[in-house]
Amino acid sequence: MSVLVAFVAAVLVGCGTWLLLQRRLSRIIIGVGLLGHAGNMLLMVSGGRRGTAPLIGTGDPAGFSDPLPQALALTAIVITFGITLFLLALGFRSWQLTNDDVVEDDVEDRFIARQQRVDRDIADEILAEAAQAAEEDRR
Amino acid sequence: MKRLLVVDTSVRVVFHSILVLSLYFLFAGHNQPGGGFVGGLTAGAAISFRYVAGGVAEVRRAFPLRPWTIMGGGLLIGVLTAILPILSGNALLEHAAWEADIAILGTVKATSALPFDIGVYLVVLGLILMMFEAFGDDEAIDEAVGASVRGDALEADSVVSDLFELEQIRELQLRRSRRDQL
Amino acid sequence: MTALIPLPIAIPLLAAAISVIVGRSRQAQRVIGLVALASTTAISIALLIGADRDGILVAQSGGWPAPIGISLVVDRLSGIMLVTSALMLLAVLIFAIGQGGVERQHVAFHPMYLVLASGVAASLTTGDLFNLFVAFEMMLAASYVLITMGGRADQVRSGMTYVVISLVASTFFIVVLALVYTATGTVNFADLAGRIPQLPQGTQVMFAVALLVVFGIKAGLFPLFFWLPDSYPTAPGPVTAIFAGLLTKVGVYAIIRTQTLLFPAEAQLGTLLLVVASLTMAVGVFGAIAQDDMKRILSFHIVSQIGYMIFALGLFTVAGLAAAVFYTFNNIILKTSLLLVTGLVERRGGSSRLSEVGGLVRGAPLLGLMFALPALSLAGLPPFGGFVAKFAVFDAGVQSSEWVVVGVAAFVSLLTLYSMTKIWAGAFWGDPDDRPRQRPDTSDTLGGPALMMASTAAVVVIGVAVMIFARPLYSLSERAAEDLLEPIRYVSAVMGGRP
Repeated sequence: MSVLVAFVAAVLVGCGTWLLLQRRLSRIIIGVGLLGHAGNMLLMVSGGRRGTAPLIGTGDPAGFSDPLPQALALTAIVITFGITLFLLALGFRSWQLTNDDVVEDDVEDRFIARQQRVDRDIADEILAEAAQAAEEDRR
Repeated sequence: MKRLLVVDTSVRVVFHSILVLSLYFLFAGHNQPGGGFVGGLTAGAAISFRYVAGGVAEVRRAFPLRPWTIMGGGLLIGVLTAILPILSGNALLEHAAWEADIAILGTVKATSALPFDIGVYLVVLGLILMMFEAFGDDEAIDEAVGASVRGDALEADSVVSDLFELEQIRELQLRRSRRDQL
Repeated sequence: MTALIPLPIAIPLLAAAISVIVGRSRQAQRVIGLVALASTTAISIALLIGADRDGILVAQSGGWPAPIGISLVVDRLSGIMLVTSALMLLAVLIFAIGQGGVERQHVAFHPMYLVLASGVAASLTTGDLFNLFVAFEMMLAASYVLITMGGRADQVRSGMTYVVISLVASTFFIVVLALVYTATGTVNFADLAGRIPQLPQGTQVMFAVALLVVFGIKAGLFPLFFWLPDSYPTAPGPVTAIFAGLLTKVGVYAIIRTQTLLFPAEAQLGTLLLVVASLTMAVGVFGAIAQDDMKRILSFHIVSQIGYMIFALGLFTVAGLAAAVFYTFNNIILKTSLLLVTGLVERRGGSSRLSEVGGLVRGAPLLGLMFALPALSLAGLPPFGGFVAKFAVFDAGVQSSEWVVVGVAAFVSLLTLYSMTKIWAGAFWGDPDDRPRQRPDTSDTLGGPALMMASTAAVVVIGVAVMIFARPLYSLSERAAEDLLEPIRYVSAVMGGRP
């Protein structure tokens, strides 16, 4: 049983990671959702042995499954629910602003990289001029 | 918005039954499956039926309180249940239970987890109402979505830019020009 | 005294609820926020004094004894962090009120800020690995809203990266939790401290590395820091200040707590931590040198400074841990004050870009002073608090003969000084550019509105106070370090004498 769950978790992680590496936020959201499910599957397995539903008064407590991982998984689900909602709102806002939900590059970073290139071009120019001047001097 | 008679009528039938079910989940939650979160989500399902039938206006008619107030009230109840035991010298979130014989209902057991669950229920309900409030009511955007689905990028663009305030348009242009530079 | 422990979590949360309900009146929200954070500060100070005098304070929530219920624990380290964070949260709230901006425009600012305060306190006091996850999520959920508040295009762009990265880290945290629970059957810190040493050593090291990765993403360790300099600068000014000062250090706190408490000496990651620390220091400061925007320079410096804390932690000696603790709280204060000054510079000069502002020292000498004090301290010049912190780190490194890392740290602190002088020369000397992004606001004679100036000055003064009271504060850090190296004290306090 736990091998099956672990296998399902592995498939979910695989699909989730692939989706996470996409550029569109809508796909990333689905990817994050799948990864979250995989984590919750693992939490369910972590309880160990199988058992009946751990509800007081429904049976013999010795046959119950471990309720703690279920509580942990529920908490994690609630948190993921809220944050996925926020991500959807963010994607919607992005669509409002740019007609798209593509996660873009860090503009400032590109700007700095370009700045450096400009600096290097200027430095090259200065070096070339200096070499030319030296050439003329020698002549 | 165009209303459909069949949807309208069936939602009217279903809405209250789902709300009652959500309350059942809320009160059954202590020793049985259910609880504040599940109840709140069920109530959210009921609200989404109202939304499907008549848009945000219909949702507002169903819950006249502002979503902020519902959510804040829920959080307030939840936190108060958590810290009241401290004031009486017990630990945080300390649990108490009462039993009472009430006519018709028989013996009713109430625990201090119940107000906490009610708080959670209200927070979830407020969150879902807020979601419809934020994303459900923008005719201009509906128009833009329609246009972009039709593949009419130019029209969608013009509709969307109508929505922007001046500052945001300027920022967008700045960003585009910077991207072009790169 | 133990009844006070849940209050730094509960009071801000209660205030957030009331703040949501009275959303229409900004004035009421302000009063509620200030009262809540001021009382949290007072309670935190009381808790620190109590923990220093009587030893580790423990509260069991729900009245359930330790491994079953969720324990809330305040030892000296938590106490120091609680006091520092509460002071910074209060000062930055006053700054935000003085600035107006997002604080005035958005109903959600005050509630979310208070939820953030509550999440930070919960992360610092919890004695339970799963509850730490929940506390982190509380803190992060509030930070998602705060970082994108305003909804500008650049905020949405960087917000996406920030949220997705944090979500991936959280998912990984859940996976680690599932593995830890499978292996040990508990998530309580004190209980784990007893059970993890019984596992095979490979498993122990695997858990130590996995937890380091989880918290390393939040703390901004190399190579997991890349999201940080991109996302923090786009947030509204005061929000950047509190994020830069506090959030990454909560990650550092979690690293210190888990690495010292949960793992026995043979599973500790000494060498790995030292290597990661050196790379974090160096890469952070090189990134900072390349930048042109003040906020981004300082954001890269956050990364670089984290390296020093992890270096001191990686030594696993009393001197090293004492240096790590001292460095961490000193750095929270310095980073917050520098970013608050940046907020003022942005207002005064119309931009935080070094190529667009300039000559501020002529019109607003007070701003220059308020930048210079923490900047010199950050660079580690005597006699400031930053010097004491850096000296303690170097001293601990020399005692353990980690010469290479000490060399890297010394080199990096030279480069830190260089980039601080770069900010000084760019923003405070020279001439202003004729076309900054926004219109400069030079109407105030002091350099900014009184409330913003006062709160910034208060944080700077706290930074100077660290210098004046360096001796007692350092010996407090030393006592905290001794506790950290004797996990048995923590375990017996939480489990109530049972092993």
